[in-house]
Amino acid sequence: MTTPETRATPAALTATAAGTTTLGRLAHTAAPIVDPIRAGLLDGWRVVDASTLDRDLVLEADVVIVGTGAGGGIAAETLCDAGLTVLMIEEGPLKSSSDFHMLEREAYRDLYQESAARKTADKAINILQGRCVGGGTTVNWTSSFRTPEPTLAYWASTFGIDGFGPRDLAPWFDRVEQRLGVASWTTAPNANNAALATGAEKLGLPWGTIRRNVRGCWNLGYCGLGCPTNAKQSMLVTTIPRALSRGATLVTRARAQRFVIRGDRVDALECQAMDASGTTPASRRITVHARAYVSAAGAINTPALLLRSHVPDPYGILGLRTFLHPTVVSAALMPGRIDGFSGAPQTIFSDHFLQMAPPAGPMGFKLEAPPVHPVLAAITLPGHGRQHAAWMQRLPRMQVLIALLRDGFHPDAIGGRVRLADDGTPILDYALTPYIFDGVRRAFAAMAAIQFAAGATSVQPVHGAGRSYAGVDAAKAAIGGFDLRPRATPIVSAHVMGGAPLGPDPRHAVIDPAGRHHQIANLHVFDGSMFPTSIGANPQLSIYAIAARLATGLAQRLRG
Amino acid sequence: MLFAGILGALAFATARLLQPTPARHGAGALSKDGVDIMRALVPALLAGALPPPGAARDIAIAQTIDGIGVAMRGLAPIAREELASLFSLLAFAPLRIGLGGMTASWEEASVADADAFLVRLQSSRWTQKRAAYDALHQITFAAWYANPQSWPAIGYPGPPRLT
Repeated sequence: MTTPETRATPAALTATAAGTTTLGRLAHTAAPIVDPIRAGLLDGWRVVDASTLDRDLVLEADVVIVGTGAGGGIAAETLCDAGLTVLMIEEGPLKSSSDFHMLEREAYRDLYQESAARKTADKAINILQGRCVGGGTTVNWTSSFRTPEPTLAYWASTFGIDGFGPRDLAPWFDRVEQRLGVASWTTAPNANNAALATGAEKLGLPWGTIRRNVRGCWNLGYCGLGCPTNAKQSMLVTTIPRALSRGATLVTRARAQRFVIRGDRVDALECQAMDASGTTPASRRITVHARAYVSAAGAINTPALLLRSHVPDPYGILGLRTFLHPTVVSAALMPGRIDGFSGAPQTIFSDHFLQMAPPAGPMGFKLEAPPVHPVLAAITLPGHGRQHAAWMQRLPRMQVLIALLRDGFHPDAIGGRVRLADDGTPILDYALTPYIFDGVRRAFAAMAAIQFAAGATSVQPVHGAGRSYAGVDAAKAAIGGFDLRPRATPIVSAHVMGGAPLGPDPRHAVIDPAGRHHQIANLHVFDGSMFPTSIGANPQLSIYAIAARLATGLAQRLRG
Repeated sequence: MLFAGILGALAFATARLLQPTPARHGAGALSKDGVDIMRALVPALLAGALPPPGAARDIAIAQTIDGIGVAMRGLAPIAREELASLFSLLAFAPLRIGLGGMTASWEEASVADADAFLVRLQSSRWTQKRAAYDALHQITFAAWYANPQSWPAIGYPGPPRLT
């Protein structure tokens, strides 16, 4: 549901935003922070760090799950609750609140794929994707949206996917929202988000507050670097501890290399231990035998794992239609302090530019705000030298908006293709088309208009050499003339989806509507790669709900 | 590999040049060539951000180059090799001149020389040269602004204290 849930007056938001962090923090300082992971390890959880192995391992379980993010975490809990034995394989390290120091230099290295520098093959899009226990849920910004109705309607009409309407999914959304504390955020937004509300309101654009999966949030602003207070209800502090408490096994720093296929079944999963840095394979191997195999390694990595396994792909669709919500950025300078590094990072959104046309029309985009931390800001702002330094020196006054473009609904936005490098690691080709750049141009204009309406004295659409503009007319004129092409415009992605799509027709889908591989009976995909288009909203809640349904079905079949 | 294409297109090179020099700087993954190149480029990339000339500036540059080496270790092996190849290519004088028009050696380059070199890469129509600029941009700014030494000048107070 993308309709705004609550509305407050922008003036009230701005007036209260500044004091919130301090108040929120004071209210919580009395209670010590308990690290549920360290407590569980002392309690005897079965956790193996494969980088420390001195011999190869052979393991068995009812179900092995590759990946511990949104799909893998939900699946682990669901299957354990059904009394099945579960083994989780995770390429990244097990880090928890005691390790989360709110430092970019540690978090990008420890918690993200390729130190947060994963890129498309042509280097035009920088991809932020989690790689740690909890996956993307450990580092996301907590935004929780149900799958938008136009997206589900498109799946039904275009791909014949029945049984995935809003009413079909509602019980699953209710269930995971309750489990993960998804609720309206009633604290005032930080000034960075309040500016989006203020600007949209002045222009008469609809906006809303974002629901978040938090309990007892301190409103610190560091969700993206691992929640230091365990308020974020990520897989790391919810489903994975419960699965481990019920006897599940977790192997970290182990890369799933390939499923061994025999006939129409998976016979084993072969994994490679990684070294302590987590980037390079070490010598030890782990072989797993299970009744059912679940790939929940996330889009890009799940299709790559299936490609390495040479699973049947009779229609040549595996890895195609990989979507990114290509995202562009607009930086503004405000007269007063914004402190975009402080306070819940993402609490206000506008879907006006998604809703003004059908999904298959001109490219729509969702407007949100990001956290404004030094490294993230510095690597995103173009140019170098004095001009770059001058923007950085005004970091506390910097207000930043992002526009997430909805790919996958139009013939000129068919997404990318995952293929394999010589060493078996994934490469993503993603073509930025004129259709996408038309959306980029409109997104820059929309963001600049909102920022000036919110009081900006200067706006820099993040493009080219990084010029800034002092008024909305000058900005719009310049944006109209921008030379938009790959890598002249920095584009980022924090949402990777598709590549192993779900659907009834094997000509268009890798897995069936129950999450089973169309050709391999005991192989399942429960992660963002199952989406046949992008979601058109932050995808975590869509993954949770659909994974809960698919894993429940798998548990029933295995118990039956 | 992305940057190897630069080489092929210019037809300058031999396969030997694709091998990063074995010498390593400190604990990081930066070669001796890489250190020399970044010693020339960091003052241009971070112009206006570094302390004024003096001991503090020298330390800031050295810490940034160390940070680049450490960051390279966190990259996927293929990305790490691509960066290493880029440094090997740029260490080869004909390519340094051909790609970025820089006649001074890396050891002798002024900040203005380095800035002109960077602008040539950045403004190129050739996507591989822009990719090289982006790589140098990202790894340098990430290393400097991850360093708490950089925070006072940008008004960033650092993370809040929890206790």
